[in-house]
Amino acid sequence: MSVSGSNPRALPWALVTPALAWTLLFFVLPFIAMGFSSLTAHEGGGFTLANYSQFFADPSYWRAMVNSLEITAIVTVISILLAYPFAWILAEMVPERWQRLALMLAVLPFWTSYVVRSYSWLLVLAQNGVINRALTGIGLIAEPLQLANTRFATVTGFVHFFVMLLTLTIFANLKQLSPSYRKAAADLGAGPARTFLHVVLPLTLPGIMVGAFLTFVLCIGDYITPQILGGNNELVMPQLVMMQIGRRGDFPLASALSIILMAVVTIAYLACARWLKIERA
Amino acid sequence: MRAAVRLAAWVYAIAVYGFIFLPVVVLVLFSLQATSFPIPPFTGPSLRWYQAVLADARLTSALVNSLLVAVLSSLASVTLGFLSAWGFARFVLPGSALLRGLITLPLTVSYLIIGMGLLVLFNWAGVPKSLLAAGIGHVVINLPLCFAIIYSQMGDHQINIERAARDLGAAEWKVLLLITVPVMAPAIFAGFFLSMTFSWDEFVISFLLTRFETTLPVEIWNLLRSGLNPKTNAVGSLVFAVSIVLVVFFELTLLRRKPA
Repeated sequence: MSVSGSNPRALPWALVTPALAWTLLFFVLPFIAMGFSSLTAHEGGGFTLANYSQFFADPSYWRAMVNSLEITAIVTVISILLAYPFAWILAEMVPERWQRLALMLAVLPFWTSYVVRSYSWLLVLAQNGVINRALTGIGLIAEPLQLANTRFATVTGFVHFFVMLLTLTIFANLKQLSPSYRKAAADLGAGPARTFLHVVLPLTLPGIMVGAFLTFVLCIGDYITPQILGGNNELVMPQLVMMQIGRRGDFPLASALSIILMAVVTIAYLACARWLKIERA
Repeated sequence: MRAAVRLAAWVYAIAVYGFIFLPVVVLVLFSLQATSFPIPPFTGPSLRWYQAVLADARLTSALVNSLLVAVLSSLASVTLGFLSAWGFARFVLPGSALLRGLITLPLTVSYLIIGMGLLVLFNWAGVPKSLLAAGIGHVVINLPLCFAIIYSQMGDHQINIERAARDLGAAEWKVLLLITVPVMAPAIFAGFFLSMTFSWDEFVISFLLTRFETTLPVEIWNLLRSGLNPKTNAVGSLVFAVSIVLVVFFELTLLRRKPA
């Protein structure tokens, strides 16, 4: 780089401009293009709000948003409830020297391909899959249960993924906690239950919020899990977006639906913003 | 009483491990199925489906495409991320917080929407669907990640080392290459590794932005149309194996060097 020396102001800008330009060109500009597209009709012609009014007028579109929010809320709550005790056991009960291995094992399937992971659940939940074969085999049920292509399947696939993610974040959070807090609480006469409720839980709440927000964003924007496991019985927003592109090539309507989806995520982001700062160490 | 609680905790932990590993075990087990359906009873072990995968030119070329896109887009992400992190951490720039916010903004947007935006833009600008288009999308999602990781690790103690080098007469580019890059190597490597795994696994952007030549997740998606198929199990198990090798490599090389 020959920018150094002569002009001391040029160097910092030369360093940050490529990244900024990339973000503007391939993130901000596409977003603007999508905004314009959402205001045009599929058939051409001038500006119109028809794509947005279609979303608010058509109950089946509304339904997709409600499904998305319901599934995301269920997944977030179940994942936290499953992951917190699990992370706690890993952090508190597993001997120190085994913790790293225990955690690595707990998140190993996290690194498998996302598409493949959803497909794997299909193998487990299918009509003649492992669970149904096992249950009919031991005589618990006579007829196979309809597990795949249901909301149950979508939620199971999601929870599987997010339990691993949340175990990671909550574990890190619990380990950062200085033991002196708990000692102080014990010295002041609190039992284990009170210490947990009044000391440990509030101190790990910010970490839980970060995990919950991540879960929310990734879950509500995901197309793969609902498409593979939920099928087309009940649609969520990403499926609705992809349908507009795939079947009809209706970019304007797909753009409008994407922007509505993004607006919902932005509201959630603003609600959690104070827990989500990236700071320099 | 305490013993009962401990027992319950261990049972719970084992149950969660079971839940986490159930689909992976089923996937790998039935990839070794000898017959045509990956459902019980198990008829293997047999490697015929792995042979079928390796003989499938579409899958093998998709695998090469995926590796290519992952390596190149991660190199671009980590380079842009590192340079900008260095710029923002070392110099006072007007509107710094806002600009940093701009760079990290894509982290809060789902891949589907990033892919949609690029699809609309490229469609409008007449850019054809290609691996390059997908690679551009992968840099969009991984650049903020690399930036955030590297920026968060740029502590003040490193400034002093750089200052010493400058005082001794090193040119700016020498400081960058001989001091900053080696000092920041763990963060740079972490950013690169994470970008690699995310790009390797990314589906929806590649699905929207590629057409004939495509990446492995999209090709696996195409396989799913044929329903449950041991060939899908086999290719899924292979992808899993690649990821495990990457993660173990990452654990052994990077994390071991960090002081506890």
